[in-house]
Order: sequence, then C-alpha cells, then structure tokens
Amino acid sequence: MSISKPSLSALAALAVVLGGVSVAMIFFVAPEDADQGLSQKIFYVHVPIALTAYLCFGIGAWKALRLLLTRGDRYDLESYTGIHQGTIFGALTLVTGSIWAKASWGVWWTWSSNQLVLFLVLFLFYCAYFMLRFSIEPGPRRERISGVYALFGVALIPVSFFAIRLANDFIHPTVFTREGPQMTGAMFAAFCASWAAITLLAYVMYRTELAGKRTDVNLRELREALAR
Amino acid sequence: VSASEKYVAAAYGVFLVFVLVWAAIIATKLARLERETGELARLARARPARDHGDG
Repeated sequence: MSISKPSLSALAALAVVLGGVSVAMIFFVAPEDADQGLSQKIFYVHVPIALTAYLCFGIGAWKALRLLLTRGDRYDLESYTGIHQGTIFGALTLVTGSIWAKASWGVWWTWSSNQLVLFLVLFLFYCAYFMLRFSIEPGPRRERISGVYALFGVALIPVSFFAIRLANDFIHPTVFTREGPQMTGAMFAAFCASWAAITLLAYVMYRTELAGKRTDVNLRELREALAR
Repeated sequence: VSASEKYVAAAYGVFLVFVLVWAAIIATKLARLERETGELARLARARPARDHGDG
C-alpha cells in the first residue's frame, strides 16, 4: 500500500496555524530571559531558521548523492531546489543573527566567533554552487558536476554545527549541551513549536518551488515538440 | 519603544517580509506559467488545422 503525499494546501494551512501558535507561545507563554531580557526572543526565530538551512543543504546533498548513484534526472532539480532553499534560509540566518548580535553584543558581526565565520563559509560555498551550475550548459554533465559540488559542501555542515563545541567559543552561546537544553520547559516548548512551523514552511516552499521548476521543464519540452 | 523591542521587531519583521516577497515571486511565476500554457494551448489548437491544410 502506498502512502500518498499530503496536499500542499493542507500543509500550507498547517504551517500558518503552527506559526500563529508559536508566535503566541514565544510572546505570551515563554518567560523573558533573566540575562538577555527581551532580545532573547530572537533566539526562537534565528535558531530554527539556521537549523532549517542546515536541513535544506543536507537534502540538497542527499538528492545529489541519489543523482550520482542512480543517474535519475529528477534528483538534479530536487538537489538544486534544496540548495536554493538552504541559501535563502542561510541568508535569513545571517541577517537575524546579525540583529541579535547587535542587540546582545553591541556589534553586527564579529570575526572572532568560529560559529559565525564557519556558517558564513558554508553559505558562501553554496552561493558559489549557483555560479558553477549556470556556467555549464544544461545536460548530464552539468547535473554530475553540480551533484559532486553539492555533495562536497555537506562536510561543512557538521563542522559549522559543532564549531562552538569544538573550539570553546565563548562569544556565541551554547544552548543545547549534553545535559539537554539550557532553558525552561516553556521556553523549550515555544522553541519546538517555532522550529516545527519554520520547517513545515520550508517544506511547503520546497514543494511549491519544485513544482514550478518541473512545470518550466515540461513547458520547454512541450514548446520544442510543438515547434517540430 | 526600547532598543530591545526594536531589534526583536526587526528580526521577526525580516522573516515576515521574506515570506511576503517569496509569495510575490511565486505569484509572478504562476502568472508567467499561466501565460505560457495559454500560448502553448493556442499553438496546439492551431496545429491540427495547419497539418490538415498542408495535407
């Protein structure tokens, strides 16, 4: 028995509801942080966006691996869409992180934080993916080269994620430790709701964008067939 | 309005603006796809008549 994919409109509606619930939990249920005060509320949007960016890059790399192993045409568009989404969420991570840094540390950016610098490296690496992709003629060669590049980038994800733990970064806070999340139960619940909403939104965006790109390809083939 | 409130509003506002811009881009793309599909449908409808005329 096959399990059909849930409808996109139902998922979009669920993402909107979850988004509303998470905003209510962030501002009306989760207590204000004793150390950072109100500016800590940025955590609930910044961290889920960053985790979603990692997830999208991971999906892009996974689809690239599938492409290289199976030579399936569909994986090229899926990998490209995943990386495109990851780059968008990566840019949002940098912007919301900069705003939080200004509120907490008084600076928009600091080069002394390994977490920040490694995330920037990961983001720029995947920005270069688009330059590489669009410098090659469409076809199997472009698919293979883009796939290999997307796969290499995935090595940067764990390095970026664990940078603060590996390098004893004292500037960027470490919220999730081996002892669990360093926050109250209400804060963690608000974080989980926000993470679920943003991940679901990213999935809806991924499927919408993929459908658009597939329609573009189908229309191009149809135009060529009609022109004959 | 305190400085913290401004920064929090800016962070959430950036995210909201991003979602709205993305929706606008998708709406534009949908309009283009609709137009192109219409053109192809017109081409396809004209094709049998042209083929018939040639034959």
